[in-house]
Amino acid sequence: MKKQENITTIKKDSRTEREVIIDIRDLYKSFGKVRVLNGFNLRLHKGENLVVMGKSGSGKSVMIKCLIGLIKPDSGYISVMNNEIKTLNRDTLDILRSDIGFLFQGSALYDSMTVRENLEFPMRRHKKRLGLVSDTTPMVLEALESVGLAHAIDLMPAELSGGMKRRVALARTLILKPKIILYDEPTSGLDPITSKEIIELMLSIQAKYGTSSLIITHDVDCARVISDRMILLVDGINYAEGTYEELITSTDPKVEAFFKK
Amino acid sequence: MALKFTRNIRQFFIELGELSYFAGRFFRESVKPPFEFKELLRQCYQMGNRSLVLVLVTSFIIGLVLDLQSRPTMEQFGAVSMMPNMVGISIVRELGPVITALVCAGRIASGIGAELGSMRVTEQIDAMEVSGTNPFKYLVVTRVMATTLMLPLLVILGDGLALYGSALVEYFKGAVSFELYFNTVFNALSYGDLIPATVKTFFFGFAIGLVGCYKGYYCKKGTAGVGIAANTAVVFTSMVLFVIDFVAVFISDIFYEL
Repeated sequence: MKKQENITTIKKDSRTEREVIIDIRDLYKSFGKVRVLNGFNLRLHKGENLVVMGKSGSGKSVMIKCLIGLIKPDSGYISVMNNEIKTLNRDTLDILRSDIGFLFQGSALYDSMTVRENLEFPMRRHKKRLGLVSDTTPMVLEALESVGLAHAIDLMPAELSGGMKRRVALARTLILKPKIILYDEPTSGLDPITSKEIIELMLSIQAKYGTSSLIITHDVDCARVISDRMILLVDGINYAEGTYEELITSTDPKVEAFFKK
Repeated sequence: MALKFTRNIRQFFIELGELSYFAGRFFRESVKPPFEFKELLRQCYQMGNRSLVLVLVTSFIIGLVLDLQSRPTMEQFGAVSMMPNMVGISIVRELGPVITALVCAGRIASGIGAELGSMRVTEQIDAMEVSGTNPFKYLVVTRVMATTLMLPLLVILGDGLALYGSALVEYFKGAVSFELYFNTVFNALSYGDLIPATVKTFFFGFAIGLVGCYKGYYCKKGTAGVGIAANTAVVFTSMVLFVIDFVAVFISDIFYEL
């Protein structure tokens, strides 16, 4: 599978000398009179697992949707692999999106399609460009095997449990071999055992494919296991930033309040 | 009270404006490649197949009932021999297209509203966008085209079954043979009856698909919004159908006078 290289120039963070793969600066977004993002900043480095936490309605999902171009921000700079999102036309944005996997909160599997068709769907737009062969079954099976669900290839989403749906959705994000994976509440609505399985899967995927991950969650256990670095989103800004240990031991009242809720 | 009425009127015009914009986007997207032929064919099959039995049964009963109800009055005027003409013209020019369109509004527009609404609230439309597929083209353009193409076919089949229902009544009550009945009907009909009636069914189909898609595509308020989308799709489509019917009859009358 060959990827177009015109959108993948990486720049380096001058402070850490690490490659910056996602750069968000001064992001503002309001819905009516409600300001959700109020100058949010974020930098994701290559190979890093960055967790963004915040209470419900704090704008985490809005931020991640601005990042992928699903929501247009009011102002601010968003760059993914050195491509400023707002300057891209639809075709270039689609090409860039093939390098980004997005795991939606509710899995977002297409109800009317089988698991196989769900996984084939992202390939249809990029088949020619990526030089994919007409028989995509081996790729679909490989992605399903990486989440341990090869046997479910011909099932409908309605026949899957919540955890299986999440794993199929994860396989769908992997099908185009993305460089970045965005996780929107990957463990929400799952029981603790299934949550643990999903977290382990996320770690094994990162080890296998070398992806960078931006994880939106309010599951502290998930953040503890998976994060290299964390950002606490409060009142639309990145209120606190650091490792899990740094944040959990913080004496700031708002940070304390979040972790002791 | 007056304030609420003003607000409702304002909301209606806002919605009409948004629907017009949605229609404009449909025309722009429908001529730009890539074209989703496979999905269009699937939708044509779904729309036609899903509504066929309902349309046929409804039309057949309408034909039976129209004949049974009109017969006594026609007998009083000694005009029972004109029954095939009266029923034929009524069904082909007005009742067939309008009733089939209303049945499809209930069946298809609500179905599309609920399906797209559910896809919106479960983020399936966003997932489609992220995967590089234009969801408007894949979901909306194919569905609107399918309803536009399928409704005329359903109306033609429905008209046939309605006439057959009426012919049955004439056969048993008036001892009129099927051959005589259909000969009389076809002699009574002209191209001036068939063409405007068929042309307006394309507009009916377009309205059914467009309103259903519009309501579903912009569905809000979670799962409760899906129900609202399905419900309002039927109500709004029915209103639009009557407006289109009025305009179509008005225009075809101008041509009759010429």
